[in-house]
Amino acid sequence: MAAPTHDRQNPAFFALIAVLIFMSVGPVLLLLANSLKLDVDITSGAGGLLFMPTIRNYETALCDILWYQPEHLRFCQIRFGGAFINSIIIALVSTALTLIMGTMAAYALVRFRFMGRDSLSLSTLAVRMIPPAVLLVPVFGLWNNAFCLDRDGLVGGMIREIFGGRGDVCLAGTHSGIILIYVAMNLPFVIWILQSFIVQVPYSLEEAARVDGAGPFQTFFLVVLPLIKPGLAAAAIFTFRIAWNEYLLASALADRNTMTVPILIVNNASEFDGLGTIFATGMLLAIPPILFTLFASRQIITGMTAGAVKG
Amino acid sequence: MTRISANRLTPYMFIAPAALVMLIALFYPIAYMIWGSFRDWDPSQTIGETDFVGLANYARLLRDPAFHESFWVTLVFAFTVVSVEMVLGVGLALLLDRNIRGMSVLRTLFILPMMIAPVVVGLIWRYMFHQTYGTFNRFLEALGLPTVDWLGQNALLSVIIADIWQWTPFIFILSLAALQSLPRSALEAARIDGATGWQQIIYIKLPLMMPVLIVTMLLRLIDAFKVLEVILVLTGGGPGLQTEILALRIARTAREFRELGEAAAMSNYLLMLLMVLTLGMFAFTRWQEARARRLRFTQEEEG
Repeated sequence: MAAPTHDRQNPAFFALIAVLIFMSVGPVLLLLANSLKLDVDITSGAGGLLFMPTIRNYETALCDILWYQPEHLRFCQIRFGGAFINSIIIALVSTALTLIMGTMAAYALVRFRFMGRDSLSLSTLAVRMIPPAVLLVPVFGLWNNAFCLDRDGLVGGMIREIFGGRGDVCLAGTHSGIILIYVAMNLPFVIWILQSFIVQVPYSLEEAARVDGAGPFQTFFLVVLPLIKPGLAAAAIFTFRIAWNEYLLASALADRNTMTVPILIVNNASEFDGLGTIFATGMLLAIPPILFTLFASRQIITGMTAGAVKG
Repeated sequence: MTRISANRLTPYMFIAPAALVMLIALFYPIAYMIWGSFRDWDPSQTIGETDFVGLANYARLLRDPAFHESFWVTLVFAFTVVSVEMVLGVGLALLLDRNIRGMSVLRTLFILPMMIAPVVVGLIWRYMFHQTYGTFNRFLEALGLPTVDWLGQNALLSVIIADIWQWTPFIFILSLAALQSLPRSALEAARIDGATGWQQIIYIKLPLMMPVLIVTMLLRLIDAFKVLEVILVLTGGGPGLQTEILALRIARTAREFRELGEAAAMSNYLLMLLMVLTLGMFAFTRWQEARARRLRFTQEEEG
């Protein structure tokens, strides 16, 4: 009566599923197709899906980090390659830091009873709702003024001597400034998700480790961490996604040398020529999320449901 | 003695790095913003040089028609988007909660819109909505229908459509997970008693899913107030103020009008709104837990 794995269903359901898949993937495929077209073909719509793909747009976008000189460019005008390097540094470092700090905090919140535990866990939950736009004003003010080291002071003077430059040493305009706010922004979410994974680790395992003479940190790194790998993967993907995609705070903090890719896309999206180049940049920005979706969708879905259902 | 104190310090050592970062880069900035919202603050000044103006920033905003407009736009956007997504997402989940081939592919690819950068989503939809060469208008033209000025005359609608595309999968996936964790026995019993598909949905599935659905809805609502990049790339808040949601207006007040005090006050209004929603969510989950505990207690009494 029924197939071993799948039930026999009305073909209308297959049609519905096909339409839904087409709707969710279609726009992304459109982006891919357009990034491989010349500007004229994008705006004229000639050819539709039948066109000669060209990687010219990608060459234009990345011309400052290519090892060869693309022949259609006389000189390298748009320098998006540097922005990609910035984006990668910022996203990777902030993800790593958030994960380390977040797992430790989540572990303590689950396993230990200590003073201030309840208020801490409550406040991590509460700050999840803060929109980045709300942080814009204070971050702009603090990172430019209060969180600066005087250039005549001891540490500030040392940094200025090593790295050069004028004025006080500020967090604004540095990679670390952007990384700091991303880590802080993502921590509440990571702690929240990981708590639901750590609760499932049987306490007896940890006790066994303790009996064998492991300290609390050894127990944590050697026993607990390997057991919550799926949770770590989910948390890593969500953190990376936010740090990689974020625009507003980065645009307030970054200067010319620390710009990330989303800023470049917003700044150049309204210019009419170079449409293909923008699409190519957008496609490159979309590649890591697409890879995550294709290879780790199970972890993403687990993380999403853990965050919402068990909240 | 040292051993005991080391044990007592252990949790704090685990907590310290995260707590320190959140204190410096999250709680302090929020406090700083609240303080700054009472001041007449220009980006070129440090906060110490500014004048205290009391509630003037808040009062000015309450009289400002542009603020009213963008507050209203934000509410309309958030509630429309969430209600349409809830209906679509839950509906699709109820419809597709069965063992069909292709379901896992759908679940995998359906996450794609949420994972891609909002900036890129804005970019794609801007192209598709374009007046002359956009996908939709070309399609309408091919059918011989009049074209639509998507981002000009129907800006808010266009923005809402893009958001529905991006976030319906979120609700779909969560409600599907909720559906599949429902107790089989209840559904089985209903089927044996001869309940039709609709009756099962209305009397069994939806009530049992309700706790998850409400939390999902509140999470999505909170997120809907954070949307910024998609709208920024699609319309830039225009035409006029038609799509200028609060988050966008805060950014513009700070950057273009250089009124940090006013932007801070506006941030506080938004924060208060979200606080109410979050407290609602807290209260709901607490109530839910209490009810579950009471049910378990009465069951034990009877059993």
